[in-house]
Amino acid sequence: MRRTRRRSAGNIVLGIFAAAVFAFLLLPLLVVFPISLSSAAYLQFPPPGYSWQWYQRYLDDPSWIEATLRSVQVATLCTVLAMALGVPLAFFLVRSRFPGVRVLDRVTAAPIIVPTIILSIALYGVFARLQLIGAWYGLAVAHAVLALPFVVILVSAGLRGFDEAQEQAAAGLGATWPRIIWRVTLPQLRPSLVSAAFLSFISSFDELVVAMFLSGASMTLPKKMFDNILMEIDPTIAAVSVLQILLVSVALGLTSLFGRGALTTTITR
Amino acid sequence: MLSPGLNRRVIARRRERGLFLLAVPALLLLGVLFAWPVLRLLAMSVEGGTLEHFRKAALDGLYVSVLLESMKVAGMVTAICLVLAYPVAFWLSRAGRLGLALGMFALLLPFWTSVLVRTYAWLVLLGRNGVINRALRDWGWIEVPLPLLHNMTGVLIGMVHVLLPYMVLPIYASLLRIDPDLPRAAEGLGAPAWRAFLRVTFPLSLPGVSAGCALIFVLSLGFFITPALLGGGRVIMVSMLIEQQVREFLNWPFAAALSTVLLVATLAIYALIGRLTRGSRLATH
Amino acid sequence: MQLSVQRIVRRFGPVAALGGVDLEVAEGEFLTILGPSGSGKTTLLKAIAGFEIPDEGTVLLGGEDVTLAPPRQRDVGMVFQNYALFPHLTVAQNVAFPLEMRRRPRAEVARRVEDVLRLVELQSFGGRLPRQLSGGQQQRVALARAVVFGPRLLLLDEPFGALDRKLRESLQLEVRRLQRSLRLTTLFITHDQEEALIMSDRIAVMDKGRIQQIGLPGDLYARPATRFVADFLGESNLLEGTASAASASIPGFGEVPLAAPQPAGPVTLLLRPEALRLGGEVEALPCRARGTVVETVFLGLSAKLRLRLQDGPEVLARVPLRPSAPPPAAEGEVVTVGFSPEDVHVVPRA
Repeated sequence: MRRTRRRSAGNIVLGIFAAAVFAFLLLPLLVVFPISLSSAAYLQFPPPGYSWQWYQRYLDDPSWIEATLRSVQVATLCTVLAMALGVPLAFFLVRSRFPGVRVLDRVTAAPIIVPTIILSIALYGVFARLQLIGAWYGLAVAHAVLALPFVVILVSAGLRGFDEAQEQAAAGLGATWPRIIWRVTLPQLRPSLVSAAFLSFISSFDELVVAMFLSGASMTLPKKMFDNILMEIDPTIAAVSVLQILLVSVALGLTSLFGRGALTTTITR
Repeated sequence: MLSPGLNRRVIARRRERGLFLLAVPALLLLGVLFAWPVLRLLAMSVEGGTLEHFRKAALDGLYVSVLLESMKVAGMVTAICLVLAYPVAFWLSRAGRLGLALGMFALLLPFWTSVLVRTYAWLVLLGRNGVINRALRDWGWIEVPLPLLHNMTGVLIGMVHVLLPYMVLPIYASLLRIDPDLPRAAEGLGAPAWRAFLRVTFPLSLPGVSAGCALIFVLSLGFFITPALLGGGRVIMVSMLIEQQVREFLNWPFAAALSTVLLVATLAIYALIGRLTRGSRLATH
Repeated sequence: MQLSVQRIVRRFGPVAALGGVDLEVAEGEFLTILGPSGSGKTTLLKAIAGFEIPDEGTVLLGGEDVTLAPPRQRDVGMVFQNYALFPHLTVAQNVAFPLEMRRRPRAEVARRVEDVLRLVELQSFGGRLPRQLSGGQQQRVALARAVVFGPRLLLLDEPFGALDRKLRESLQLEVRRLQRSLRLTTLFITHDQEEALIMSDRIAVMDKGRIQQIGLPGDLYARPATRFVADFLGESNLLEGTASAASASIPGFGEVPLAAPQPAGPVTLLLRPEALRLGGEVEALPCRARGTVVETVFLGLSAKLRLRLQDGPEVLARVPLRPSAPPPAAEGEVVTVGFSPEDVHVVPRA
């Protein structure tokens, strides 16, 4: 009797602790909502009144819109590249019996471990020589290097969980390799593929350090936000932040709908 | 005619070749835009056959103290994350469906939200006239605003916020892998709940703990945006130093030397913690 | 279609998983490969299906050499151990898969899928996903998918392993019925001797990468060619003794007359537990021994007794029970057991 009560008391303390940590995680995301609707020109909390003016300003300012569109463009190309290169690489890493495959597995994960600042200045040197600084597609390719490990980790995890007897069965039933991959393997990897694409897109859309060095005069959204934070801090950035949070929430909801749990595996591995 | 065995080896080789062709484009990308540029950068540090830049990095008190400060920040962030993350992961591992869904949402939403959005939010929250200080003053708890921003406190808060999910998720995963009958068996054998936890659950979750620690330490060591924005110039990390050397002084060889030091430290720590992980894994099996 | 496997060898490093296997399966025959795990039976099946290419030897299907042909060109239907149903496709789509791969016209696909689903009594389940079916239903889908395209050969790889006993028995009969009605040449793999005895036209017992004996189930049971077959197929008493011309001296039983003379020296006699008698009828039998009942196990219609013979080994006896009759012997009791010399089989020495 006493024992169960003590244990449940422990559970309550644990629950409160967890709730406090979750509050700490969510607090910064929640606080930008009222600020984005503030009627004041300066940072004031709680806002003296409410208006849509900062959303209006974001939508009316061509430099914000241009930066947003450029980021979408970069992130889209980055996603396409990372998927087109990463999915076949994952097949190789999981399926090959080549003895060096474990080493290559490590090498593939390296862009996550190597500090971004090092990769940024290293690429800066190369891109400057190739006169690619400021080219949106150059930035997208650089972002693809960073997104590739995520794609490989997610798709490899999916492939390892995939029952290869299915491919044998399909082969025995008369299917050729391309049709086996297309009809049997890839459809079952869909959760991993959806999550990998989402991750690639977001990782590029949010990326700042590489963009600071490679994007030159052409702004991406994170760079524009960075400058805005350093220079003025008006609530426009709060409006932008709210839009981003909503975008991520929707994408997160969609991925958890189609990507059943695959998202968490990236970080757990 | 060839024997079937020879034919099999030919087919296997063809299969390997096909698989390797799949990897070629990605490996080319990694080679040309990752391995080669990074190695080229590292090579710059010894340009002209001199170790002068390394000597400067090792002997100049400023650079040494920045390196130590980076280590200190990384260590503190790792420790704070561990203390916060373990109970949360433990709670998640035993939560019901609703609790798990809400908890995962609370973890993943910030995780996927831009670092800039979050850093901006912390500026709003922690500033002299920020939400927190104002609230505390309005409630009469303090008279002078607390120094939460543009110092170590601000940097730590911001970095822990960014990195915490990287610690919670591996620990959560390793807790899930533990057969729930094991702690129950320990309790059945007479251990009080807390001892069952200490003797059975906690040791079995160590692989997740060390994986999380390795990742967080390594990621914080190279952090750039958060300390730059929340540190207000009072917290200097190696990465900021590297950026400054390239941007302001165009001193590439010295930036390269600093990069080499940072990279070696990162890889060494990652390998070290990886080795510890393998040791603890052996111990648990 | 007729299957012929000739001198198949497959080595994995120093280990020969298949050490020269010959096998002939006649058109329409149901042949079972019976063996313990690691005996090479799965490797043999893979070589026939095309998932494995042997080091040496030939696989002929209807006279055509398919040793090197990829699986898709063999027209072999296979039911996998865990069925390998495609979880993202419905039952009907799963069954239609081999027909689509053969680019059959849509109307024909629909008709044949419907026919075969009716054959396995799943006509109303076409729209469901595999995970919405029970284990037995999944098994029948796998079977339907393996036969829908009219394969030249049907391979069954331990298809009943995951099912409970009752379901297994009814499915065994159903598979047999289907196989007979389609006159499908079938190779069935199992480690379960009971299953093999129930289902097969012929059984091939495999061990250590070789076929130890091949023949009718009754023949294998009554006259095993090796000690391994005697031991693996059914329960057995293997009595060691010394032969001298027309009889053998067996500890506990004394001299046992042999049907055919054996060369002098050590000899192994197989005596099935049901051939060992107990009680009144024993007095009339020429070979008798006294022993203590060590253990009694009731099995419904019969009882199994473990006895330690005086001056001899432990033996198993299986005695029929009548519902109202008292138990044949209690544990600890000393009884006389005996057998008729015709029931003894001399196990050839390797």
